[in-house]
Amino acid sequence: MITLTHFLVVSACIFCIGLYTVIAKRNAIMILIGIELMINAAILNFVAFSKYDKTNYGGQVFALFAIVLAAASVAVGLAIILNVYRHYKTINPDNITDLRD
Amino acid sequence: MNLEVFLFYAFAMLAIGSALLVVSLKNTARALFLFFITLFSMAGLFLFALADFVAITQIMVYVGGVLILMIFAFMLSNKELLADLQNISGSFLSLPSWQSVLLAIGFFVVILIGLKEWNNDMPEWILSNIKSGDIILPNDNNIQQLGIKFMTQYVLPFEVISIFLLMALIGAAHLSRKEENR
Repeated sequence: MITLTHFLVVSACIFCIGLYTVIAKRNAIMILIGIELMINAAILNFVAFSKYDKTNYGGQVFALFAIVLAAASVAVGLAIILNVYRHYKTINPDNITDLRD
Repeated sequence: MNLEVFLFYAFAMLAIGSALLVVSLKNTARALFLFFITLFSMAGLFLFALADFVAITQIMVYVGGVLILMIFAFMLSNKELLADLQNISGSFLSLPSWQSVLLAIGFFVVILIGLKEWNNDMPEWILSNIKSGDIILPNDNNIQQLGIKFMTQYVLPFEVISIFLLMALIGAAHLSRKEENR
Protein backbone atom coordinates (compact mmCIF):
# COMPACT_ATOMS: atom_id res chain seq x y z
CA MET A 1 0.00 0.00 0.00
CA ILE A 2 1.42 3.37 -1.04
CA THR A 3 0.58 6.00 1.54
CA LEU A 4 0.70 9.77 1.40
CA THR A 5 4.00 9.77 3.27
CA HIS A 6 5.79 7.95 0.43
CA PHE A 7 4.89 10.71 -2.01
CA LEU A 8 5.82 13.44 0.44
CA VAL A 9 9.26 11.98 1.14
CA VAL A 10 10.03 11.59 -2.57
CA SER A 11 8.95 15.15 -3.28
CA ALA A 12 11.04 16.43 -0.36
CA CYS A 13 14.10 14.70 -1.89
CA ILE A 14 13.44 16.23 -5.32
CA PHE A 15 12.85 19.66 -3.79
CA CYS A 16 16.15 19.59 -1.90
CA ILE A 17 18.04 18.48 -5.01
CA GLY A 18 16.50 21.43 -6.84
CA LEU A 19 17.46 23.76 -4.02
CA TYR A 20 21.05 22.54 -4.19
CA THR A 21 21.10 23.13 -7.95
CA VAL A 22 19.82 26.68 -7.61
CA ILE A 23 22.42 27.53 -4.97
CA ALA A 24 25.48 25.72 -6.28
CA LYS A 25 25.45 25.89 -10.07
CA ARG A 26 27.31 28.52 -12.06
CA ASN A 27 25.17 28.25 -15.18
CA ALA A 28 21.86 30.02 -15.72
CA ILE A 29 20.36 27.07 -17.60
CA MET A 30 21.21 24.69 -14.75
CA ILE A 31 19.59 27.14 -12.30
CA LEU A 32 16.46 27.05 -14.45
CA ILE A 33 16.56 23.24 -14.28
CA GLY A 34 16.76 23.48 -10.49
CA ILE A 35 13.68 25.70 -10.43
CA GLU A 36 11.88 23.18 -12.63
CA LEU A 37 12.79 20.37 -10.21
CA MET A 38 11.37 22.36 -7.30
CA ILE A 39 8.15 23.08 -9.21
CA ASN A 40 7.86 19.39 -10.06
CA ALA A 41 8.19 18.45 -6.40
CA ALA A 42 5.38 20.86 -5.58
CA ILE A 43 3.23 19.35 -8.34
CA LEU A 44 3.83 15.88 -6.92
CA ASN A 45 2.57 17.13 -3.55
CA PHE A 46 -0.55 18.62 -5.13
CA VAL A 47 -1.30 15.40 -6.96
CA ALA A 48 -0.69 13.19 -3.93
CA PHE A 49 -3.08 15.20 -1.77
CA SER A 50 -5.66 15.30 -4.54
CA LYS A 51 -6.18 11.55 -4.16
CA TYR A 52 -8.19 12.24 -1.00
CA ASP A 53 -10.36 14.98 -2.48
CA LYS A 54 -12.87 13.57 -4.91
CA THR A 55 -15.52 16.27 -4.64
CA ASN A 56 -13.34 19.19 -5.70
CA TYR A 57 -10.39 17.71 -7.63
CA GLY A 58 -8.54 20.79 -6.39
CA GLY A 59 -5.09 19.20 -6.36
CA GLN A 60 -5.15 17.92 -9.91
CA VAL A 61 -6.62 21.16 -11.30
CA PHE A 62 -3.98 23.27 -9.61
CA ALA A 63 -1.25 20.82 -10.63
CA LEU A 64 -2.23 21.55 -14.22
CA PHE A 65 -2.14 25.29 -13.51
CA ALA A 66 1.33 24.89 -11.98
CA ILE A 67 2.55 23.06 -15.09
CA VAL A 68 1.31 25.97 -17.24
CA LEU A 69 3.05 28.47 -14.95
CA ALA A 70 6.30 26.52 -15.14
CA ALA A 71 6.14 26.41 -18.93
CA ALA A 72 5.54 30.18 -19.10
CA SER A 73 8.39 30.89 -16.70
CA VAL A 74 10.77 28.74 -18.72
CA ALA A 75 9.83 30.51 -21.96
CA VAL A 76 10.43 33.97 -20.50
CA GLY A 77 13.55 32.86 -18.58
CA LEU A 78 15.20 31.36 -21.62
CA ALA A 79 14.46 34.49 -23.66
CA ILE A 80 16.13 36.57 -20.95
CA ILE A 81 19.11 34.18 -20.82
CA LEU A 82 19.59 34.44 -24.58
CA ASN A 83 19.49 38.25 -24.40
CA VAL A 84 21.98 38.26 -21.53
CA TYR A 85 24.28 35.95 -23.48
CA ARG A 86 24.11 38.22 -26.52
CA HIS A 87 25.07 41.16 -24.36
CA TYR A 88 27.65 39.74 -21.95
CA LYS A 89 28.89 36.61 -23.83
CA THR A 90 28.47 34.55 -20.67
CA ILE A 91 25.61 32.98 -18.75
CA ASN A 92 27.36 32.67 -15.42
CA PRO A 93 25.23 34.74 -13.04
CA ASP A 94 28.32 35.65 -11.00
CA ASN A 95 29.82 37.55 -13.93
CA ILE A 96 26.72 39.55 -14.75
CA THR A 97 27.11 42.53 -12.50
CA ASP A 98 26.24 45.64 -14.49
CA LEU A 99 22.72 46.92 -14.79
CA ARG A 100 23.51 49.33 -17.62
CA ASP A 101 25.82 49.33 -20.63
CA MET B 1 5.75 -6.68 -1.55
CA ASN B 2 3.34 -6.52 -4.44
CA LEU B 3 3.93 -5.20 -7.91
CA GLU B 4 2.45 -1.75 -7.28
CA VAL B 5 4.78 -0.97 -4.39
CA PHE B 6 7.76 -2.34 -6.30
CA LEU B 7 7.01 -0.17 -9.32
CA PHE B 8 6.52 2.87 -7.10
CA TYR B 9 9.93 2.35 -5.51
CA ALA B 10 11.50 1.79 -8.92
CA PHE B 11 10.10 5.08 -10.25
CA ALA B 12 11.07 6.95 -7.10
CA MET B 13 14.63 5.61 -7.24
CA LEU B 14 14.83 6.50 -10.94
CA ALA B 15 13.59 10.04 -10.29
CA ILE B 16 15.86 10.74 -7.33
CA GLY B 17 18.90 9.02 -8.84
CA SER B 18 18.67 10.79 -12.17
CA ALA B 19 18.03 14.12 -10.44
CA LEU B 20 21.18 13.57 -8.38
CA LEU B 21 23.10 12.77 -11.57
CA VAL B 22 21.69 15.89 -13.26
CA VAL B 23 23.10 18.11 -10.55
CA SER B 24 26.42 16.30 -10.26
CA LEU B 25 27.40 15.95 -13.91
CA LYS B 26 29.88 18.48 -15.18
CA ASN B 27 28.67 18.45 -18.75
CA THR B 28 25.52 20.56 -19.18
CA ALA B 29 24.42 18.75 -22.36
CA ARG B 30 24.44 15.40 -20.59
CA ALA B 31 22.62 16.88 -17.62
CA LEU B 32 19.91 18.23 -19.93
CA PHE B 33 19.34 14.85 -21.51
CA LEU B 34 19.26 13.17 -18.09
CA PHE B 35 16.61 15.67 -17.08
CA PHE B 36 14.33 13.85 -19.58
CA ILE B 37 14.54 10.73 -17.41
CA THR B 38 13.72 12.66 -14.24
CA LEU B 39 10.62 14.17 -15.83
CA PHE B 40 9.47 10.82 -17.25
CA SER B 41 9.76 9.10 -13.89
CA MET B 42 7.98 12.00 -12.19
CA ALA B 43 5.12 11.44 -14.66
CA GLY B 44 5.17 7.77 -13.65
CA LEU B 45 4.87 8.80 -10.01
CA PHE B 46 1.84 10.95 -10.87
CA LEU B 47 0.17 7.80 -12.21
CA PHE B 48 0.49 6.17 -8.81
CA ALA B 49 -1.44 9.09 -7.30
CA LEU B 50 -4.20 8.29 -9.82
CA ALA B 51 -3.67 11.49 -11.80
CA ASP B 52 -3.46 10.14 -15.34
CA PHE B 53 -4.30 13.41 -17.08
CA VAL B 54 -1.63 15.32 -15.14
CA ALA B 55 0.94 12.67 -16.05
CA ILE B 56 0.18 12.90 -19.77
CA THR B 57 0.23 16.71 -19.59
CA GLN B 58 3.59 16.54 -17.84
CA ILE B 59 5.05 14.43 -20.65
CA MET B 60 3.55 16.61 -23.38
CA VAL B 61 4.41 20.01 -21.90
CA TYR B 62 7.78 19.28 -20.32
CA VAL B 63 9.33 16.72 -22.62
CA GLY B 64 7.72 18.09 -25.75
CA GLY B 65 8.12 21.78 -25.04
CA VAL B 66 10.27 22.83 -22.14
CA LEU B 67 13.19 20.49 -22.71
CA ILE B 68 13.43 21.19 -26.42
CA LEU B 69 13.45 24.91 -25.57
CA MET B 70 16.19 24.36 -23.00
CA ILE B 71 18.34 22.39 -25.41
CA PHE B 72 17.92 25.15 -28.02
CA ALA B 73 18.90 27.82 -25.51
CA PHE B 74 21.89 25.77 -24.40
CA MET B 75 23.11 25.32 -27.97
CA LEU B 76 22.62 29.00 -28.76
CA SER B 77 24.42 30.19 -25.64
CA ASN B 78 27.44 27.91 -25.54
CA LYS B 79 30.26 28.29 -28.01
CA GLU B 80 32.21 25.43 -26.48
CA LEU B 81 29.45 22.85 -26.81
CA LEU B 82 31.37 20.56 -29.16
CA ALA B 83 34.60 21.01 -27.28
CA ASP B 84 32.65 20.26 -24.11
CA LEU B 85 31.30 17.04 -25.54
CA GLN B 86 34.66 15.83 -26.78
CA ASN B 87 36.59 16.83 -23.71
CA ILE B 88 35.66 13.88 -21.50
CA SER B 89 39.07 13.62 -19.89
CA GLY B 90 39.49 14.99 -16.43
CA SER B 91 36.92 14.61 -13.71
CA PHE B 92 33.52 13.31 -14.77
CA LEU B 93 31.58 14.67 -11.83
CA SER B 94 31.81 18.22 -10.63
CA LEU B 95 32.73 18.58 -7.00
CA PRO B 96 29.86 19.88 -4.89
CA SER B 97 30.36 23.02 -2.91
CA TRP B 98 29.95 21.95 0.66
CA GLN B 99 28.00 24.98 1.83
CA SER B 100 25.15 24.33 -0.57
CA VAL B 101 25.19 20.60 0.23
CA LEU B 102 24.93 21.49 3.90
CA LEU B 103 22.05 23.87 3.27
CA ALA B 104 20.14 21.37 1.11
CA ILE B 105 20.58 18.52 3.59
CA GLY B 106 19.58 20.77 6.47
CA PHE B 107 16.44 21.79 4.63
CA PHE B 108 15.68 18.14 3.92
CA VAL B 109 16.03 17.27 7.60
CA VAL B 110 13.70 20.13 8.52
CA ILE B 111 11.10 18.87 6.04
CA LEU B 112 11.39 15.31 7.36
CA ILE B 113 10.96 16.42 10.97
CA GLY B 114 7.91 18.44 9.96
CA LEU B 115 6.53 15.44 8.09
CA LYS B 116 7.00 13.19 11.12
CA GLU B 117 5.14 15.63 13.34
CA TRP B 118 2.45 16.07 10.70
CA ASN B 119 1.87 12.32 10.42
CA ASN B 120 0.72 12.19 14.03
CA ASP B 121 -2.32 14.32 13.31
CA MET B 122 -3.41 14.39 9.70
CA PRO B 123 -5.77 17.19 8.58
CA GLU B 124 -9.44 16.82 9.41
CA TRP B 125 -10.63 16.73 5.80
CA ILE B 126 -8.38 13.83 4.81
CA LEU B 127 -9.57 11.70 7.73
CA SER B 128 -13.23 12.49 7.13
CA ASN B 129 -12.91 11.83 3.39
CA ILE B 130 -11.26 8.46 4.05
CA LYS B 131 -14.02 7.60 6.50
CA SER B 132 -16.80 8.52 4.10
CA GLY B 133 -15.08 6.81 1.15
CA ASP B 134 -14.79 10.07 -0.80
CA ILE B 135 -11.36 9.32 -2.31
CA ILE B 136 -10.35 8.78 -5.92
CA LEU B 137 -10.38 5.11 -6.91
CA PRO B 138 -8.45 3.53 -9.79
CA ASN B 139 -11.58 2.82 -11.81
CA ASP B 140 -12.97 6.35 -11.63
CA ASN B 141 -13.50 8.41 -14.76
CA ASN B 142 -10.96 11.10 -13.91
CA ILE B 143 -10.62 13.02 -17.15
CA GLN B 144 -14.34 13.64 -17.61
CA GLN B 145 -14.63 14.91 -14.04
CA LEU B 146 -11.62 17.18 -14.54
CA GLY B 147 -13.14 18.69 -17.67
CA ILE B 148 -16.41 19.40 -15.88
CA LYS B 149 -14.54 20.99 -12.96
CA PHE B 150 -12.48 23.17 -15.31
CA MET B 151 -15.57 24.57 -16.96
CA THR B 152 -17.70 25.06 -13.85
CA GLN B 153 -15.96 25.42 -10.50
CA TYR B 154 -12.53 26.58 -11.68
CA VAL B 155 -13.52 28.63 -14.71
CA LEU B 156 -12.12 31.93 -13.40
CA PRO B 157 -8.59 30.58 -12.66
CA PHE B 158 -8.71 28.80 -16.00
CA GLU B 159 -9.40 32.02 -17.91
CA VAL B 160 -6.83 33.96 -15.87
CA ILE B 161 -4.16 31.36 -16.55
CA SER B 162 -4.90 31.32 -20.28
CA ILE B 163 -4.55 35.11 -20.48
CA PHE B 164 -1.34 34.82 -18.45
CA LEU B 165 0.06 32.19 -20.80
CA LEU B 166 -0.73 34.37 -23.80
CA MET B 167 1.01 37.34 -22.15
CA ALA B 168 4.07 35.29 -21.25
CA LEU B 169 4.44 33.86 -24.75
CA ILE B 170 4.09 37.29 -26.40
CA GLY B 171 6.63 38.65 -23.91
CA ALA B 172 9.07 35.85 -24.63
CA ALA B 173 8.77 36.35 -28.37
CA HIS B 174 9.29 40.10 -27.94
CA LEU B 175 12.33 39.61 -25.70
CA SER B 176 14.14 37.14 -27.92
CA ARG B 177 13.63 39.08 -31.14
CA LYS B 178 16.67 40.58 -32.82
CA GLU B 179 17.11 44.24 -32.12
CA GLU B 180 16.81 46.60 -35.07
CA ASN B 181 19.54 49.03 -35.92
CA ARG B 182 19.13 52.21 -33.99
